[in-house]
Amino acid sequence: MSDDQELDLSALPDDELVAQMHDDLYDGLADEIAEGTNILLAREWTASDVLNEALVEGMRIVGIDFRDGILFVPEVLLAANAMKAGMKILRPLLAETGADTIGKVVIGTVKGDIHDIGKNLVAMMLEGAGFDVIDLGINTDVDEYLDALDEHKPDILGMSALLTTTMPYMKVVIDTMVERGIRNDYLVLVGGAPLNAEFGEAVGADAYCRDAAVASDTAKELVLRRRMMASEDA
Amino acid sequence: MPETDTPRVLVLACGALAREILDVVAMNRWRHVTLECLPVGLHNRPEQIPAAVEQRLAAASQTYDRILVGYADCGTGGLLDPIVDRYGATRLPGAHCYEFFATSPRFAELHEAEIGTLYLTDYLVKHFDRVVWRGLGLDRHPQLLDTYFGNYTRLVYLSQRPTPRLVNSAEAAAERLGLRFEHIATSYGDLETSIAEFAAAADLRLPQLAESV
Repeated sequence: MSDDQELDLSALPDDELVAQMHDDLYDGLADEIAEGTNILLAREWTASDVLNEALVEGMRIVGIDFRDGILFVPEVLLAANAMKAGMKILRPLLAETGADTIGKVVIGTVKGDIHDIGKNLVAMMLEGAGFDVIDLGINTDVDEYLDALDEHKPDILGMSALLTTTMPYMKVVIDTMVERGIRNDYLVLVGGAPLNAEFGEAVGADAYCRDAAVASDTAKELVLRRRMMASEDA
Repeated sequence: MPETDTPRVLVLACGALAREILDVVAMNRWRHVTLECLPVGLHNRPEQIPAAVEQRLAAASQTYDRILVGYADCGTGGLLDPIVDRYGATRLPGAHCYEFFATSPRFAELHEAEIGTLYLTDYLVKHFDRVVWRGLGLDRHPQLLDTYFGNYTRLVYLSQRPTPRLVNSAEAAAERLGLRFEHIATSYGDLETSIAEFAAAADLRLPQLAESV
């Protein structure tokens, strides 16, 4: 068989198909991911299993290679677009089956900043991890954040910024939460290229997340820890 | 005057500022200034700038009396400043080269007026294809154009030494990205004044400098 001959995904057994989907995700092949997702569903895989074993695991590998400097931003964006193609198929099924959500997240890029690539990756990874994500978009001011907290009562507030000039706005939001006595009602995660852990601590966030995979892991860990503490207190 | 009496002054700069800094140095006839540039590829990898600057400062601080780091914050999130301070160096003001070329108040006005603005300088216009288009992988993956620039509405060319050819190239870049085009001639802005202040401070501390120029 020549290398360029098209691979018949439906002819692969489950384990090889999942491995192939990891490769396809890595290569940013959205059509192949959609096809693989449909094949696994037709084989009576649950939407949740397809999400976790094929898509999230594939993106975890992408995340590791991005962190190690093997993959770069364009490749990660293509992989994310491929994952979106799978998520589009799975999302209604996950809602239909009432799959348990880990928690709820309100997320947005701060006021004055229109950059949303990182924020969108984080939102997608959080959704993949089982969070219900309310995305406020870009250029989000303090009132929009607080209104969304009031309306959706999330576990987590996530804020993103790409510009050195806009990242201090995170402190404006957190300080306003403190003034209104609601800071401790939520976990606050911050991220963005110019941020670092010291900045996260200085503005009063619960954690700085350096990339989307870390954001997903941190969100899960902090939400579970908070729930354990709450149940111990009860 | 013996060679050893001449103060040793280094400008350690982003490769994207080489021509502009050389122009300012030449206009002021500062023959005692040495310019060294770090790879311009760091423009797209700002998280690598602090380590690259520190590595060079560690060696250069043994050789030079005064060092100007020719970077603004450049997306390092404040991580460049402690390194600059540790080696007793000085850096250019502001968040980005766009800001010091336009000068801070003017840049704040531009940002406030339309936050979805992409800024290009002479360097970025000349090297748009390599640094922006290919640097972001758009040559290989043009479908990512909207992912990168979907929230932008205009491109402003902040020019230092504009020529009709450069203005045309900037306009073509805007068209390629699907953005409205504006041109503002800034010349060297705060780059020139910052280097002048740095040189003046060097003169004050090292009086023999005046003789060497």
